[in-house]
Parts: sequence; structure tokens; C-alpha cells
Amino acid sequence: MIKQLDLQHFEINQLLDAIYFRYGYDFRDYARASLERKILHRVNLSKLQNISEMSQKILHDPSFFNLFLKDMSVTVTEMFRDPYVFKKLEKTVFLQLKTYSRVNIWHVGCATGEEAYSMAILLHENDLLKHTRIYATDYNNHSLDIAKKGIYHQDKIAEYSQNYIHAGGKSKLSDYYTVQDQFVTFNPSLKEHITFANHNLMKDQVFAQMHLILCRNVLIYFNATLQNRVLKLFTESLVHRGFLVLGDKESLEFNNEKESFENIAKKERIYQHKANL
Amino acid sequence: MIGVSAGGLKALTALIPALPKDFPLAIIIVQHRKHETDDYLVPYLNDLSEMSVTAATIGAPLVAGFVYIAPSGYHLLVERDCTFSLSIDTRVNYSIPSIDVLFDSAAICYQEQLIGLILTGANHDGSLGLKNINLYRGLSLVQQPATAEYAAMPLAAIEASQIDHIIPLNDIANFLTTLVMSR
Ligand SMILES: C[S@@+](CC[C@H](N)C(=O)[O-])C[C@H]1O[C@@H](n2cnc3c(N)ncnc32)[C@H](O)[C@@H]1O
Repeated sequence: MIKQLDLQHFEINQLLDAIYFRYGYDFRDYARASLERKILHRVNLSKLQNISEMSQKILHDPSFFNLFLKDMSVTVTEMFRDPYVFKKLEKTVFLQLKTYSRVNIWHVGCATGEEAYSMAILLHENDLLKHTRIYATDYNNHSLDIAKKGIYHQDKIAEYSQNYIHAGGKSKLSDYYTVQDQFVTFNPSLKEHITFANHNLMKDQVFAQMHLILCRNVLIYFNATLQNRVLKLFTESLVHRGFLVLGDKESLEFNNEKESFENIAKKERIYQHKANL
Repeated sequence: MIGVSAGGLKALTALIPALPKDFPLAIIIVQHRKHETDDYLVPYLNDLSEMSVTAATIGAPLVAGFVYIAPSGYHLLVERDCTFSLSIDTRVNYSIPSIDVLFDSAAICYQEQLIGLILTGANHDGSLGLKNINLYRGLSLVQQPATAEYAAMPLAAIEASQIDHIIPLNDIANFLTTLVMSR
């Protein structure tokens, strides 16, 4: 059995090499356990004999690679996830944002866009939206297409409305969308301030100076190497004393850039970039 | 590794506090529950138990003598270097965290050293995971269904593979202690 596991490990390494060689996507720095699970799941679904057969298919069939990419980019997200984080942002970070004449915010790994729309709503209610540009990026084009449309199924709206209230929303979530046939469409006035774009944390660079970066529930998928790369990007992108927000279970504890940040809200995972020395 | 669902609070309250302080293995628990109750389970069990009960966190190594609880809303996995990782992903068996996800990844890391235990529950999460633990020659245990508040999950596990021991709830702590102290 031990031999079998070693073989599996070897095959996975080969598969990841093949993907990198052929498509330039470097999954070698992803946390292995959940990656392995997804690969085995794909082998089963596509009725392949083993992982080596999957490598062959990936090398020769770009549409199969796209399928794998879809498997890999998790699209589970929600509006105002962990509402207390938004509430805290409003009470602390927003005060500082008000001191700037123009504000840039970056949602990294925005998935299908719910988080970016949530932010736009809160900014609007704090009179900040009109001079803010929100950049929302992901490496999954399929998710970005959904995000750009801003149309979501109605069955989740009750939960989102609850979250909105807990996040300190000042009116009603329904003020921000129209309903048609079980689907809600968020108002164009929000969308106007959001730029959705493809950005791959494995390889892409900084593209603008940011006052606030939210990268929630993305680092959990990466190993230490890729986490360090990403955090370095963030320190390059953030303005002097800019803010960084991580996901509920993420921290800078084991990261090279830890010393560059001050943890200003522990439970909410809000960090502030220290003055450059 | 312990997987438990509906009726789990009572079962865990009977089991974990009955284990000695110097229990020589790490214990990891997936308990299905609502997101809001997340903060409650860890301090509750910790107060009752001799072993230290704590939430499983990313990157932390598994240490003998500790009881780790999977946070709600995330799948908990064990990496090959025997540290924890988390993922937000589609539900498995309608559950996140899922017992199967934890057991499958831990089976790869610990192989024949692993003990998997399924307790009370109303679904069938954990059955496949326990089967996998068997496959890698780990030890599979199930709570005797008659002693479970919800028998469906133990029954499903017994159905799915050849279980090494089926044990009444109140005997599990003793069984485990005797087993691992003599290893
Ligand atoms: C669980 S979602 C997080 C969504 C949202 N931030 C939240 O917390 O609800 C993780 C996202 O990270 C994205 N992602 C994973 N690897 C990436 C990479 N290398 N570059 C950019 N985005 C990535 C996935 O496509 C997915 O949309």
C-alpha cells in the first residue's frame, strides 16, 4: 500500500509538471491534500484508469484542461460573508479611506463577485463609493463572467439580507437589486464602480496602488511559497499605511511579510501596512 | 479521527472527558453543526476534559495529547507532512466539514497508524472515509448503533465496509485507552 501511495504522489507531480509545461499554470505550490482530492475526483468522473492517463489527456486536450481548471477554482462564496468583518471595516478602515480624494480597493480571488457587490453597497452607504474604484480579480473566467453580470439566484437572498443587517447595513438589501423570474440583478450604479478582470496570483504582477486589499479564503489553497509570493505582491501594491483583510481562518503568522504588517483587528483579520522604514 | 453528526454533543460529552490526560495520540473530530454554534463546542469540551481541546488551525502540526475540532464552514484535511489545511468547497454528503474529506486525507498521511471512529448521526458521511482507512490498513471503529441517538450513520458505515470493532458508546473511551496504551 505504501508503494501505491508513493506512486500516486509521483503521478501527481508529473501531472502538475505537465500542466505547467503545457499551459503555464503552476499548481505545484497549491496545498496538496485538497488538490489531490480534486484530481482523484476528476479521474473518477471522467472514468480514467489512473492519474497518468489524466496527464496524457491534459497534454493533448485543452478542453480537458479547462474542465480541470473549473474543478480547481472553487466558486463557493456569499454576500457579506462573516458580517462582523464588514462592520469593523466600516468603523475603522473607512474613516481613513475618507481622508483620500480617490480610493482604490482590490478584491483578490473575488469568485462570482458577491463580495465586491457587498463592498460597493457599504461604500455607498458611507458616501465613499463615488470616488472609489473597486478592482475584483480572479483567475477563473467562468466565475468572472457571472460576476460581471451581477445576477444571482433569489434563493440565497434571505440569508444575504440577514448578513447585510449584521454587517451594519443602513437600509434594505432590496434597495440595491431588481427581481425577475427568481433572479436578482444588482443595480448598474454599483457595477459602474467595479472592474472585474482576470488576474492569476501564480504569475501576474501588481497593476495599481491600493488603499485596501481583501484576499479572503484564497491563501488557504496555497503552500508557504505561493503565500509568500502573494503577500509580497500586496506589500508592493499597498499605499503607505494601506489595509489588508484576510479570511476568517487565515493569518500572517507563518509568513515572511508578517513584520511589515500590524494586526489592527484580530478577530476580523484586518492588517495595516507599517510605515516603510 | 472521529466523525460525528446529529446527537454528537451528548456522545462527545460521554467520550472525550473519559480519556486520560496522557492519552498518547492526537484526536481529530469532525462534528457537523450550524455555523453559529462554532465558538461554543471547543471551550465546552475543553472545560470538561483532561485532554486539551482546541480548534484545528491551518499549518499547525498534529500533537499527541490534543483534541482538535474542525471549524464549521470549512473542510478539514491533513497534508502529507501531517499538518492541517482547510478548504472552502462544495459540500460532501451535504456537509462542510465532511468526515469523508478528513478521513481520506488522513488515511494517506497515517495509513496503518490511523484509527477511524464513526459515532451517532443521521446521514451517511464517513462511510467511504472509513472504508479508505481500512484499505490503508488502519483500524476502523463504529459506535454500536443501538447506543446511538441517531443510528443511520453508524449503520451506513457498517454497511459500507468490514468494521474491525463495533462498540457501545460507554465502552469506547476504555477500549481506546487500553488499545493505545498497550501499543
Ligand atoms: C473560496 S473562493 C473565495 C471567494 C471570496 N473571496 C470569499 O471569501 O467568499 C476562492 C477563490 O480563489 C480563486 N483562486 C484560486 N487560485 C487563484 C489564483 N492562482 N489566482 C487568482 N485567483 C485564484 C478561486 O478561483 C476562487 O474563486
